[in-house]
Amino acid sequence: MKGTEAFRVIVPLLGDRPVVHANGYICRESFQVQDREANFYMIGSMGLASSIGLGVALGRPDRQVVVFDGDGNVLMAMGTLAMIAAAQPKNLVHVVFDNQVYESTGSQRSLSGEIPLDEVARSVGYRHTERVANEEELAAAFQRMLAEPGPSFLLVKVEPGFDPATGRVTHSPEEIRDRFMRALK
Amino acid sequence: MLSSERFIERLKEEGFSFFTGVPCSLLSGLISCLESRPDYLPAVREDAAVGLCAGAYMAGRLPVLLMQNSGLGYSLNAFTSLNLIYKIPVLVIMSWRGHLGKDAPEHIIMGEINEDLLKTADMEYAVLSDENCEEVLARARTVIGEGLPFTLLVKKGQFDERH
Repeated sequence: MKGTEAFRVIVPLLGDRPVVHANGYICRESFQVQDREANFYMIGSMGLASSIGLGVALGRPDRQVVVFDGDGNVLMAMGTLAMIAAAQPKNLVHVVFDNQVYESTGSQRSLSGEIPLDEVARSVGYRHTERVANEEELAAAFQRMLAEPGPSFLLVKVEPGFDPATGRVTHSPEEIRDRFMRALK
Repeated sequence: MLSSERFIERLKEEGFSFFTGVPCSLLSGLISCLESRPDYLPAVREDAAVGLCAGAYMAGRLPVLLMQNSGLGYSLNAFTSLNLIYKIPVLVIMSWRGHLGKDAPEHIIMGEINEDLLKTADMEYAVLSDENCEEVLARARTVIGEGLPFTLLVKKGQFDERH
């Protein structure tokens, strides 16, 4: 399963949930499948999608919040996994698209081939963790996580294979913020 | 010296409703007032605290981030590539270790350059004192209302320490 295929499975299941996207191909793949007002596209500040998502989840405990993260982002901010586990937000679903490389900078390998990030999340204290590697498992696991209290961590193993023709997010950062805040009202 | 309890109360009165940060001994009085509150979450790193505050802001809360000036180094990219371009405000309470070169060696360089770093990044700040507290809080509310971060630099002895 390539990243694009994973996004095609998961995006139609989101409903109106706010989704915080990690920078790089995570933003571009998701934007290409469906641009949503409730999408926060983080274009810089690598590593912070998880902390931004935690802030949204704590600020709006009445809304289920999803984070679309990448392996490089999670490895950069593993301490944030501890913050999420300590805060135990029931309304946070942390999805990590793990292609084991920094694909947008030339596919240099990351450490997630050696480090099982789902086991890291489980041992740090996420309530519910799963690992999937095909579309059927992905749809079923994501729906389980939407139905159960979190914090949840879904590791989606994907093959590298980003299509360079995929567009870039066309909204300005301020537009992204305004749309996201409107969707949270 | 300002009272830590009174200062936290003033922040609440100004509408601030979400607190996080990484401790500094100079801020230990403030943090001890926050630790028992449900709206305070300790952060592991200052950049993660910047992200946490950004999320809380977009969810409708007004955030306060406490950090030592050493944390400015860790969080500068977060401020420049998140807060400043998306116009996401935060009140930063930053202790000024190394002020006037009188401190442990690891604080001397950052103590000399933290003002210049803030100016270079075009991040407005004020040095808090007993006399200017109300004035700088009013200025902070204005800048935050414009969607920008505002930093209060706190020298040793400005708040009581509890450690």
